[in-house]
Amino acid sequence: MCTVTTAEVLPDPMLTTPMVVMARRQETADTFTIDLAPPGGFPFEPGQFTMLYVYGVGEVPISISGDPARPEVLTHTIRRAGKVTQALAGLKPGDSVGVRGPYGRGWPLEAARDKDVVLVGGGIGVAPLRPALTHIINHRADYRLVSMAIGFRSPKEMLFVDEIRQWRQHFDLDIELTVDAADDTWRGSVGVVTRLIPMLDAGEQAVAMVCGPGVMMTFTARALRDRDFQPENIYVSLERNMKCGIGLCGHCQYGPLFVCTDGPVRQFSEVERLFGIREV
Amino acid sequence: MTATRSVYGREGMTAASVLDRHDFDHLISALTEEGYQPIGPILEGGRIIYGPIGSSSDLPIGKTDLHDGGLYRVIDRQDYALFGYNLPSDSWKQYLFPPRTLLWSANRSNGSFTVQPAIEEPPRLALIGVRACELAAIAIQDRVFTGTHPDPHYLSIRERVFIVGVNCVQAGGTCFCVSMGTGPELSDGYDLVLTELIEGDDHRFLIRSGTAAGGEVLSRLPLVPAVPSDCSNAEGLIATAADHMGRSLDTDGIQQLLYENPEHPRWDAVASRCLQCANCTMVCPTCFCSTTEDRPSLDGSSADRWRTWDSCFSLDYSYIHGGAIRSSAKARYRQWMTHKLATWIDQFGTSGCVGCGRCITWCPVGIDITREVQAIRTEEASHAHR
Repeated sequence: MCTVTTAEVLPDPMLTTPMVVMARRQETADTFTIDLAPPGGFPFEPGQFTMLYVYGVGEVPISISGDPARPEVLTHTIRRAGKVTQALAGLKPGDSVGVRGPYGRGWPLEAARDKDVVLVGGGIGVAPLRPALTHIINHRADYRLVSMAIGFRSPKEMLFVDEIRQWRQHFDLDIELTVDAADDTWRGSVGVVTRLIPMLDAGEQAVAMVCGPGVMMTFTARALRDRDFQPENIYVSLERNMKCGIGLCGHCQYGPLFVCTDGPVRQFSEVERLFGIREV
Repeated sequence: MTATRSVYGREGMTAASVLDRHDFDHLISALTEEGYQPIGPILEGGRIIYGPIGSSSDLPIGKTDLHDGGLYRVIDRQDYALFGYNLPSDSWKQYLFPPRTLLWSANRSNGSFTVQPAIEEPPRLALIGVRACELAAIAIQDRVFTGTHPDPHYLSIRERVFIVGVNCVQAGGTCFCVSMGTGPELSDGYDLVLTELIEGDDHRFLIRSGTAAGGEVLSRLPLVPAVPSDCSNAEGLIATAADHMGRSLDTDGIQQLLYENPEHPRWDAVASRCLQCANCTMVCPTCFCSTTEDRPSLDGSSADRWRTWDSCFSLDYSYIHGGAIRSSAKARYRQWMTHKLATWIDQFGTSGCVGCGRCITWCPVGIDITREVQAIRTEEASHAHR
């Protein structure tokens, strides 16, 4: 029965740690990035998330969008969608946020070593991929051909505009960008992100990392399969309601998976069956 | 099945003794003297529930309960049994994993805030009358709460608990522990285990300890050694209970069955009856879902963070930006039943169902998990034969 260590020696994983907001940048009308100052640093793996708590309001899971080589800064890019993200949007430098984490399984950056890598991000889904690409840029020699397809709904909804421009200047990165609907400022590609996939420079054995809305991930996986990518080499980042982030509250269940502890990143081959079921 | 494998003669176990009904209160006072708060079955508001007890007179003496889909009645027995009922409406879950737990409090200070853990001396509870299915449920919640991130709130209560199990000598109308392999006899995990024996005016308990702590309590009771006929009587009663299960559930290949039938028409049929009231998840002794609640003080100087029970039947449960993922009743019932009987095995290496039947009894419209499984199984078979 109950043979585990005594509760006294266990730290309470639900306790949050206040951290000070150092900087806040508005990315788009509804999306912003905040940098926190974690006391003692905050090492994380690209693709992991934290639970962010706003005093008296509530807590939400948010992917880390910063540079894994800089644990002294903890960065999140957040879209205003509900009560808590609305409160996060109102934070100013000097305010405090509660942080728990980092939690979850991140991107397969080890498994992708010495292979071609394809990243596919849609909308706010680009944020969890940003630490992965940053890591790859920092360790460029560890990977072979690296490409990324990025899609936004419109030019106004583009995130990380300056940074994407810098990425596109790397001669050893193939960064393709598209918007679903253009305006008169747009000179680039128009169409859904999956249309970029046939153009990316990558062999069949490439490792793909995909993050975006469910439908986008389904169609991206299909487009990658059309290029003969192996389903076990396609990784997707899952999203579910989360209350605890540590596998205790049940909310994030996706079939047999607890997205918080078994994910958020999983092989497409493991979730393909579930992707085909409505409201699972 | 455990029913045919009696523990009384097992090697290495302490020999069974006999406690007379008139000495039963010695057990309660021994536990109280050991510093435990005894909790047991009580009759309240026309139903048997768990609550604090001071003596055997608090127990539902001479009462039993009828169970069927959406039906529950407490009626009189022909004798003065202390544990003559089948199963209370609520489970021990409310004590080990309380419906509301204060996780921590935050206080505003200088534009920031500080966080204080909730400090509460965990109670030392003696749970009296734990059935085999309920002990199995506790063992399941032990696995849930002691995984990668053990829950200190659960553990602090759990590790102080003293368990007095009571073997079932009758089966209720919605019982199916035999199908789930959890009862009707307790096999391990208890401190003490009793079997109630009533023959005319002779009212006694066969009693045995399962732990050193149980042995300690046992040594303080006025006992007489059991004779072989006591043990065979107990075995006979337990075997009879096993033979009279009100329900049965065929668990053969259950994961594959449910994984292969997510769009089975039966899900629509059950969803059209299901009220989404969440009763089944509240009475279920293994359901562990919770949510968090933030309660700021009126002046905003402090904010408490609570954990409360939640249910996969609520719309909010699966809410992410833009809406609920499981917006249909079908998806929510399917999630609950598939989790309970199938994905639970992937997650924790055990079924999430112990066969206690509470979800059947306490469903206001009498939805029966055993029938739902059978319907999917039968209709699937008829599809296959077409």
